[in-house]
Amino acid sequence: MTAAPLLPLDPDLVDRARRLAAQAGRPVVDMARGRTTVSVERATLRLAGLTGADPDGIPWVNRLVDAVAEQTGIEHGAALPVFHALARGHHPDLTRLAHASAAGGVEFELPTGRAAETARELARAAVGTGLDRIDAQRRARADMVAEIGDPPQRPWIYLIVATGDIYEDMPQAQAAARAGADIIAVIRSTGQSLLDYVPEGATREGFAGTYATGENFRLMRAALDETSRELGRYVRLCNYASGLCMPEIAALAGMNRLDMMLNDCMYGILFRDINPIRTFVDQRFSRQIHSRAGILINTGEDNYLTTADAVEAAHTVTVSQLLNEYFAHEAGLPDELLGLGHAFEINPELPESFRLELAHALLARRLFPDAPLKWMPPTKHMTGDVFRGNLLDGFFNLAGVMTGQSILLVGMMTEAVVTPWLSDRDIALQNVRYVLNACSGLVEDFHPPAGGFIANRAGQVLGEAVDLLERIVDDGLLNAIADGTFGIMKRPADGGRGLEGVAERADDYFNPASEALESGEGDR
Amino acid sequence: MSGIVRPYGDTTGDGMVQLSFTLPVPHDKRAEGAAAQLAAKMGLDNAMIVHAKAIGAGHTFFVVYGAARHLVNLDEVEVVERDYPLLSPKEVNDLVKERLGRKLCVVGACIGTDAHTVGIDAILNIKGVAGEKGLEYYRELRVVNLGAQVAVPDLVNRALKEEADAVLVSQVVTQKDAHLHNTREMAAAFREALPPGKRPLLVVGGPRFDERAAAELGVDRVFSRGTTPGDVASYLVHRIIKEAAA
Repeated sequence: MTAAPLLPLDPDLVDRARRLAAQAGRPVVDMARGRTTVSVERATLRLAGLTGADPDGIPWVNRLVDAVAEQTGIEHGAALPVFHALARGHHPDLTRLAHASAAGGVEFELPTGRAAETARELARAAVGTGLDRIDAQRRARADMVAEIGDPPQRPWIYLIVATGDIYEDMPQAQAAARAGADIIAVIRSTGQSLLDYVPEGATREGFAGTYATGENFRLMRAALDETSRELGRYVRLCNYASGLCMPEIAALAGMNRLDMMLNDCMYGILFRDINPIRTFVDQRFSRQIHSRAGILINTGEDNYLTTADAVEAAHTVTVSQLLNEYFAHEAGLPDELLGLGHAFEINPELPESFRLELAHALLARRLFPDAPLKWMPPTKHMTGDVFRGNLLDGFFNLAGVMTGQSILLVGMMTEAVVTPWLSDRDIALQNVRYVLNACSGLVEDFHPPAGGFIANRAGQVLGEAVDLLERIVDDGLLNAIADGTFGIMKRPADGGRGLEGVAERADDYFNPASEALESGEGDR
Repeated sequence: MSGIVRPYGDTTGDGMVQLSFTLPVPHDKRAEGAAAQLAAKMGLDNAMIVHAKAIGAGHTFFVVYGAARHLVNLDEVEVVERDYPLLSPKEVNDLVKERLGRKLCVVGACIGTDAHTVGIDAILNIKGVAGEKGLEYYRELRVVNLGAQVAVPDLVNRALKEEADAVLVSQVVTQKDAHLHNTREMAAAFREALPPGKRPLLVVGGPRFDERAAAELGVDRVFSRGTTPGDVASYLVHRIIKEAAA
C-alpha cells in the first residue's frame, strides 16, 4: 500500500475517538456474547454440512432449527439436541434427520452426562469439516494470489454486475474483469435482507439482482478463477452478508471462497429495520467467520450520506467507521481485512465541495492507515445529465487517487438512469484509467498544510465525531440507535424484524462453531 | 408562428443531433459502415461517425452526429399530465407540517398469502428504490410496515388503532388473480368497518395491476410497475391535504 498521506491531526483527539468507540461498543459485545439467534444456529448446521431445501424451498437448516426451537429452545444451542438425536442411530445423516424431523418423527431433548459428551464430540467433528472447507478455501486463495498475482495498481477497481440471472452475470463479470475490474460485486436481489432464510440454488430470475446462495457463489467464483488465470491477476468476488441471515451467508461465503463481503455493524438496523439485538449478535458471529475465511469486509458508511447531507453528516461516517473497526477487531478481523466505507456525495453545487471531499477522504485515510478503505462514487447528485455525471465521476476518481484510497467502486455516468450498459462501463473505466495514468503518484505530493482549509475541515469533522461518540457513550449505543442518532431513523432495541429469533444463552449453551471461532484457531 | 421545429445544432433548422450506441460486431470498416447504415435508417442525413472504439473483442461503441430529417409539429404533441404534482420529500414534509399539523400516518402490508415484500419495502423502507428514499425517510410521515402475509382483519384493526391516514397494500403474486381478490376483500373490509368520510385512503400497488382499475377494485388508487416512493408520497399528500383543507 502507498504511504499514508500527511494530514495534520491532533493525535490526542484520534486516541480519544478510538477509546470512546471501544467504550460505546463493549457493552454491545457483552450483550452479543450472551445470546444466540436462529441464524447463528442455522449457520452452525450449514458448517456441519446440512444443505438443501424442502419442496416449498424452505431450507432444511430452517426446518431443523425451527423444530429444535419448538421443542428445546435454541438457548442451549441447536448442536446438542440435534447431534444427540443423530447419535441415537435412527438417521444416517443430518439431511435424513431433517427430513424425519419435518415429518414430525423426531423428538429432540437435551442430553446429559456421557450422552452429552458424545453429542458434543459428534458436533465438533461435523462442524470441523465446514471449518476445514473454509480453511482450505483460504489457502486456495493465498496460493492463487501467490501464483498469479494481485492487481498491479492501487486502488483496486471494483465493478458491479446486476442482471438478476447468475448465468448472465457470469459472462458479464468475466467481460468486466477483462476490461479492468479487479473486484466483481454481484448485486443481490431486492429484499433478501428481510428473508429469514437463505434461498437455495442458482438464481435465474431475481429482482434487480441474484440471491446470495451457496450455488451462486460457487458458480461465480469458478467463472472468475478461469478469468483470473487468463488475465494473470486474481480477480476478487464480492457479495452481501447483510440482513437477517448474516451468519449463514458468511458461512456460505467462506466455504465457497468469496473474497469480500458487505458487512456493516448497523446497516440492517438503520436501513432495513432489522432488530438491533439480532443484528449485533448475527454481525459478531458472521465477522468471526469472515475472519477465519480471510474475507475482506466492506462497511456501508456511504448509506449515511445518501440519506443525510454529506457535509452535515460527515462526522457520522467517522463515528460509524470507528464503531465498525472496534466490532471487527473484537471479532478477530485484522486491519488488512477492514474495508471501511466512505463516499463522494457532497452536493456539487456547494462552493469548495471538492476540497471538502478531499478533507473527508484524507481524514479516513489518516485515521485508518492500514485498512483497505473503500471509496464510493457519487449517486445522490447524479442525474440524467450523463455528461455532467462523467465529469463528477472524474473528480471522484481524482479524489480517490490523491488521498490514497484502496478500493475504488467505479462510478457510472448513467447512475440513476439505467443499469449500466456495456458502453457505460467502458466509458467509466476509461475515466478511471485516465486518472490513474495521469496522476497515480499524486498522493506523494499532496500534503495539505496545517491550518489550511482541508486540515481544518478534517479536524472539525473529527471533533464532531468525538462529540457524538461522547453522547453515544453517555446514552449507551442501543439507546442512541433508539433515539435516532444515526441517519434519522429511530430503531428501538425491542423493535424491528427478527427479535423473536434471538435467545439468551443458557449456562449449558454449546456451539462448536463459536467454540472454535472464539479460540481463534485456524491458519491466520 | 409555425408549430414545426427541427433539432438545433448551431443554426436554426440544421436538424443536428448527436447519439451514441454499441453494435455487437468487432471494430473494423464494416462496423463503421453498419453504424452509418443504422444512422440513416434512424432518419439522419449525412451521418458522421465521429468516434468508433472497440469494447472487448466483439463490440464497438460509436458516437454519431447527423441531421435528423424528421420534423416535429408542436400542435400535435400530446402528453398525459399527472393529476397531482410531484413533490420532493422536503415539500411533502413542509405541506404535512403546515396543513395537517401532525404526522401523516401510513400503514403498509402485503395481504393474504403473499410473502413478497419487495414492493412494499421498496416504497416504505428508508433504503427505497431507484435512488429514491422510501417513505420512512420522510420526517412528517409515520410509517407502520406490517410486512408479509397480513390477514385483512388484522390490517383493518391496526389501521384503526394507528388512526391511519392511508393504507398501502402491495401484491406481487397474481396466481388465480389473487391480487385482485385480496384487494377487493380488503376494500370491502374497510367499507364495513368505517363510514366513508372516516376510512383511510386505500392504495394498492404491484407490477401486474392496471392503474385504471381503482374504482372497480374499490380502492382510491392503483400504482403499477415503476412507481417510486416519491410518486406515492406526492399522491398521499395531494389527496389527504386537500381533504383536510376541504
